[in-house]
Amino acid sequence: MTGLQIIFLIVTGVTLFSAIMVVSVRKMIHAVLWLVQTLLGVAILFITLQASFFAVVQILVFIGAISILILFSVMLASRVIQDSSPQVVKKWWLPALVATLLLGLLVNFLALWPGFETTLVELPEGSDNIAELGHVLISPEGYIIPFELASILLLAALIGAIYIAIDRKEPQSS
Amino acid sequence: MGFWRDPITFIGAWLRDLLVNTGLSPMGAELIGIVLGAGLLATSAMLLVIFLIWVERKLIGRIQDRFGPNRVGPWGIFQPVADMLKIFTKEYITPIGADKLAYNIAPVLAVASVLMVWAVIPFSFTVVGADLSVGFLFILAVGALGEMGYILAGWGSNNKYALLGAFRTIAQLISYEVPMIISALIPIMFAGTLSVTGIVLAQDIWFIIIAPAAALVFFIASVARIGRAPFDLAEAESELVAGYNIEYSGLKFGMFFVAEFLQAFTMALIFATIFLGGWRGPGAEQFPILGFLYLLIKTSAVYFITILFRATLPRFRIDQMMALNWKILTPFSLSIVLVMALVGRLVASSPDVFRVAVFLAVNAVLLVAVDRLITLNKRKPPREVGSRNRPVAQAEVLPAQSDPGASE
Amino acid sequence: MIPLSWYLIASAALFCIGLFGVMVRKNAITIFMSIELMLNAVNINLIAFWHYHSQMQSGPHVTGLVFVAIVIVVAASEVAVGLALIISAYRRRKTIIIDDLTLLKG
Repeated sequence: MTGLQIIFLIVTGVTLFSAIMVVSVRKMIHAVLWLVQTLLGVAILFITLQASFFAVVQILVFIGAISILILFSVMLASRVIQDSSPQVVKKWWLPALVATLLLGLLVNFLALWPGFETTLVELPEGSDNIAELGHVLISPEGYIIPFELASILLLAALIGAIYIAIDRKEPQSS
Repeated sequence: MGFWRDPITFIGAWLRDLLVNTGLSPMGAELIGIVLGAGLLATSAMLLVIFLIWVERKLIGRIQDRFGPNRVGPWGIFQPVADMLKIFTKEYITPIGADKLAYNIAPVLAVASVLMVWAVIPFSFTVVGADLSVGFLFILAVGALGEMGYILAGWGSNNKYALLGAFRTIAQLISYEVPMIISALIPIMFAGTLSVTGIVLAQDIWFIIIAPAAALVFFIASVARIGRAPFDLAEAESELVAGYNIEYSGLKFGMFFVAEFLQAFTMALIFATIFLGGWRGPGAEQFPILGFLYLLIKTSAVYFITILFRATLPRFRIDQMMALNWKILTPFSLSIVLVMALVGRLVASSPDVFRVAVFLAVNAVLLVAVDRLITLNKRKPPREVGSRNRPVAQAEVLPAQSDPGASE
Repeated sequence: MIPLSWYLIASAALFCIGLFGVMVRKNAITIFMSIELMLNAVNINLIAFWHYHSQMQSGPHVTGLVFVAIVIVVAASEVAVGLALIISAYRRRKTIIIDDLTLLKG
């Protein structure tokens, strides 16, 4: 049991525990904090996989922007009384059963793949080549079209979010 | 002589030899060395704050034509120590209805996010906490992590004013991230790497000479990111009581206080590292301790300018602040990146002096263009009501009157 | 050192927890957070397979990373628009419990 394996087990344990807490705690703010911990755990998993750039991007985007956005909306759109009413559907054991079944099916079918048990060794230096990623994202033989589409998607989301959330002062305000 | 050339590496090697000789495996010795180094760095950063508080109060006092603190110890050196002792011994008063988890974790997040930045900054040729290949992005990411602390402080205090203060603080912090990140792309572009040590090593010519406009935008955006004057509307005592840290007392408030001062110094450190050449200077490669000294001098110069800002400039209003960010700084930084990338590509194969001259000229053109655009858009002076020829009261000589009281 | 199977099982478990959250919770924002969990599980999967392919092919190979970048972009834009919708719905209906937002129910 090498050190890296121990770290992986601890981090995965913490991540999955935090994920379970996200879906089961009552107070919304605590759920968001557990979500932040889950995202941190995922970032550490990225580091063990030697994708350090995406680990840091995960922290920057998911924790630094998305979690703050969720926190804001929790503060703006929740009322204290909602924290005490029933938060889960009745018969919650049925979705739990479905989720466990799905997990079993996924692992089963993945195990049928011959490469399932390969051990991931450390990549040689420079494999996580950010410059290469940059080149590929803007070269016509590469992935420039998904890149441009992603930019258009962001622009559309920006305009759409502003338009939906803007508080228009109507003449007959309720 | 080996010690004086490079004290920290010397002590580290000596400690490691000591541990290995007492039977510990090299990996264990390495681990202990890392933990000790991290603890030492964090502790020295926190102790530095005491000195920084004193410097700031003395300087602001002198600028305002008064002595700073000068009673407690020679030149008031022990004043911050007295302040810290007072803060340590104050009682923690948690407001009723405060969300305990959010309320208590907020100061921790605020300080932790600043201390984590110190791990990736190269202090000399040989001393760096963690030489990450994505070091600079790490700095930005943990800055974003610190913002969570402010929201949790505002929400966890169960106080309308704290919440409003936290909202305004976060709006300011998130907005100014955009020009800061975009203008930080310039040194990254010229160095060709995201790692901070790589950026320092690529600065044969300091980046502030190649891209002064980007340095200016980065400086303004970082000052706004810390929430420091003139952008300190979040903690303006006259406006919002005390913003997001109203309900904090004792050491928890002390932590926010420490976080702010440490952030100012850390911002100066980052600016000195990526724009002023970090530890580079004459003789810094052979004598790493000289490198540390150069970094200290450059950081102090930038910190001094920050203190000058605070002491002399009036505060921004929130709409002025947002207008400055979205209407001026963001388009400006985007245009700087575009123009510098293009020009950099065109002059890539020219001799150094020519390149620097072209870059300086381009930056001057950009700065002048922005200045003209700003003055073009200035609001017209308000329409005058009434005329300029107003009757002015004049002292008239009244006719002499008999004394009313004496006539009866 | 760490078998690929561990990463795949971890990502599948995270995905199923997210799915459970979406199916079980009544609060719209919690459902949102569960969707974020699912997206993160997919990211772990993608990067694990990127590592596997880089190891097998031993050459610069960044297709997996491009995919992850696009997933992160999509997650960010989805959160922005989704939360704008939720806040807008809250302004009109004063509730975000999905059981009460049944105006379109036939």
